[in-house]
Amino acid sequence: MSDALLKVRDLKIGARVYPPGEKPRDIDIVHGVSFDLEKGKVLGLIGESGAGKSTIGLATMAYGRGGVEITGGEVWVNGREILGTSLKDLRQLRGTEVTYVSQSAAASFNPAKKIMEQVIEASIHASKFSKKDAEARAIDLFTRLGLPDPETIGDRYPHQVSGGQLQRCMTALALCPEPDLVVFDEPTTALDVTTQIDVLMAIKKAIRDTGVAALYITHDLAVVAQVSDEIMVLRMGDMVEHGTTDQIINAPKEEYTSDLVSVRSRKHEGKPPSDNPVLTIEHVTARYKGTNFDVLHDVSMELHAGQTLAVVGESGSGKSTTARVMTGLLPAREGQIVFEDRTLSADLKGRARDDLREIQMIYQMADVAMNPRQTVGTIIGRPLEFYFGMRGAEKHKRIDELLDDIEMGAEFKDRYPAELSGGQKQRVCIARALAAKPKVIICDEVTSALDPLVAEDILKLLHNLQKREQVAYLFITHDLATVRAIADSIAVMYQGRVVRYGTKAEVLSPPFDDYTDLLLSSVPEMRLGWLEEVVEHRKMESAGN
Amino acid sequence: MTRIPPAALFGLFFTSLYFLMAILAPWIAPYSMTEIVGDVWEPWSADHWIGTDNIGRDLLSRMIYGGRTTIFIATAATMISFTTGSILGFTAAVIGGWVDQVMSRFVDLIMSIPTLIFALVVLSVMPVTLTILILVMGLLDATRVYRLARAVAVDINVMDFVEAAKLRGEGRVWIIFREILPNALSPLVAEMGLRFIFAVLFVSTLSFLGLGVQPPNADWGGIVKENKDGIIYGIAAALVPAVAIATLAISVNLVADWVLNRTTSLKGGRG
Repeated sequence: MSDALLKVRDLKIGARVYPPGEKPRDIDIVHGVSFDLEKGKVLGLIGESGAGKSTIGLATMAYGRGGVEITGGEVWVNGREILGTSLKDLRQLRGTEVTYVSQSAAASFNPAKKIMEQVIEASIHASKFSKKDAEARAIDLFTRLGLPDPETIGDRYPHQVSGGQLQRCMTALALCPEPDLVVFDEPTTALDVTTQIDVLMAIKKAIRDTGVAALYITHDLAVVAQVSDEIMVLRMGDMVEHGTTDQIINAPKEEYTSDLVSVRSRKHEGKPPSDNPVLTIEHVTARYKGTNFDVLHDVSMELHAGQTLAVVGESGSGKSTTARVMTGLLPAREGQIVFEDRTLSADLKGRARDDLREIQMIYQMADVAMNPRQTVGTIIGRPLEFYFGMRGAEKHKRIDELLDDIEMGAEFKDRYPAELSGGQKQRVCIARALAAKPKVIICDEVTSALDPLVAEDILKLLHNLQKREQVAYLFITHDLATVRAIADSIAVMYQGRVVRYGTKAEVLSPPFDDYTDLLLSSVPEMRLGWLEEVVEHRKMESAGN
Repeated sequence: MTRIPPAALFGLFFTSLYFLMAILAPWIAPYSMTEIVGDVWEPWSADHWIGTDNIGRDLLSRMIYGGRTTIFIATAATMISFTTGSILGFTAAVIGGWVDQVMSRFVDLIMSIPTLIFALVVLSVMPVTLTILILVMGLLDATRVYRLARAVAVDINVMDFVEAAKLRGEGRVWIIFREILPNALSPLVAEMGLRFIFAVLFVSTLSFLGLGVQPPNADWGGIVKENKDGIIYGIAAALVPAVAIATLAISVNLVADWVLNRTTSLKGGRG
């Protein structure tokens, strides 16, 4: 134990919160967490939002974000206690001995400075290397992280490289001063699956090559299983379980951990499509106002009653645009949208109220999809008034029923959205969509902003409601695990085109086209050694070509 | 309810004092506004609490009636500027396109002319009545409100909940009044305090220059004008309305600040 690089003992972290209309009060975010980390090892910190992962990560640099304070415990780095040391000593520690890779590289790089300047800044500041040596070291790291043109990429500005590349540059920035410990705070969460895999591999390789110890913070157990030696599961500031990666994944002791492990394993038998689709879009082409290029090219798909069509693809592939065309928010330039047996106007304004009622939408960010100044009752009640002219007792009875349907009680009627949890907000949005008694509901990344267990419940709820109401879902997502759990048919989109379309069984079985193969194989699986297998598989494929 | 901070209490006290005085003027003023009751510029006495003015009218009564005029004009002008400014601003933001362009450029045009000069020109060709005075002030100020309301509404208009309302098929009236207005209220309320103060200062300036409220009617700017010559002889009568204008300005601002703070904390903003 004495040779541990990082020792955390009974770490307690608190913060002062300012609830509206009440006196400020102090709360505990982390209640006494202890762990050790040896040189060259990777510890994964995993948990839902609010579990205290990032807070613990930052505490290893003796830092607390605004309002957060380390209230007790000890943090030892390289044999010295860092809590309570002077700011001058901390400056030596931060950025050289312990470094940090944040979730959003785009927001962390200074857009006005070249990448190289920022990557070597800490090393030069701490007089660890000369400018020349630091640059040579940076170029070496760029090469090892698999960045294109490692000799010159440092001369570019942050906006001139892609998101995945910038995240790798940030890893180079963290590794450049030869730190002993790197804190990775959700480094791949903001990336597409296909990009995530490259970054993960690069990070893993860099950790192995440099022998640095790392704390890897994420909410995705499948990701952390690929890079960590040990995993610590956190929940609401308490340690739930701590063990080797193998033990956590294959033999979790705690119930919460096994819930997390099994969350992606839900199976759903796809149903074959019926003869008459409820909504069809045919050969749709669309472009945004004021631009001169199409964002959708010849897109066709069908939605069937009581079934789910999943639209998958990475960001920018045209998934959400397809939804906007269906709703009429973005009128199609060519092609048509057919509901049951009538052609709908391309433009929202040309549609009858009843046509609008039939197609409802649920958004990714539930908290901005509801007016913060309206109560839950008003939010759910409005479609009832608007489409069915319900008033008074009749309306209230129906609101109660709808709240019951989404497994929330009538007592939520007078609450404001700010008084609900993330999962509850999304439930209210579902109720608002259901209130219109639609035949089609478009779900735009409805679970991607939620914690895995909450997302799982939302999916279950959607599934049960579909069974009862026979509504068709257009389910937009970038997460293939979600697709497996809910879809009957799948459309794979890439650069504004549908590259693969069919029933779930057809789309998910070989032979694959190149893009679908890339997409499917990029989804992290919850087992050890998956990352290496995929990378090996890709190497062989490209060698074969 | 949380405790009211001292600054807001101070503001509330003076704001309500002035407003009560304005409303109750005929009952609390010791003399009539126009009656000559003593010598020119009499000092403070039991009969005339703050003395008499340049032709021997009771200054306190003139201050009370003057406050009534000033506050009434400023309130009416603020109401007009807020109703027209915010409704037009919201409409421009929601409709967008050329409607927005035409309205915004027109507002830019008006704003490019200094307000005081513009008002002076208009008022010197039109008969100066209370209605015209209020309309001119209200409409000129509406341009400022329009800019703020449009800027706030443009931000809100792109939020998902407004899109959801559009998808539902809601008309513009619902979107403007039920979706956008409640969320734009707190910056608008803060601005309202500020605009009210500008209106007070503006009407006072106009009266001081002789183009606002016409004698024998009293208003605070006019009282400064009537008594300004007294300053040379060391008579402070002109300072009384000046102090009243200043305290009203400060206290309304303090109240507006407090209201803004309270409404933002409702949304989980700053405490």
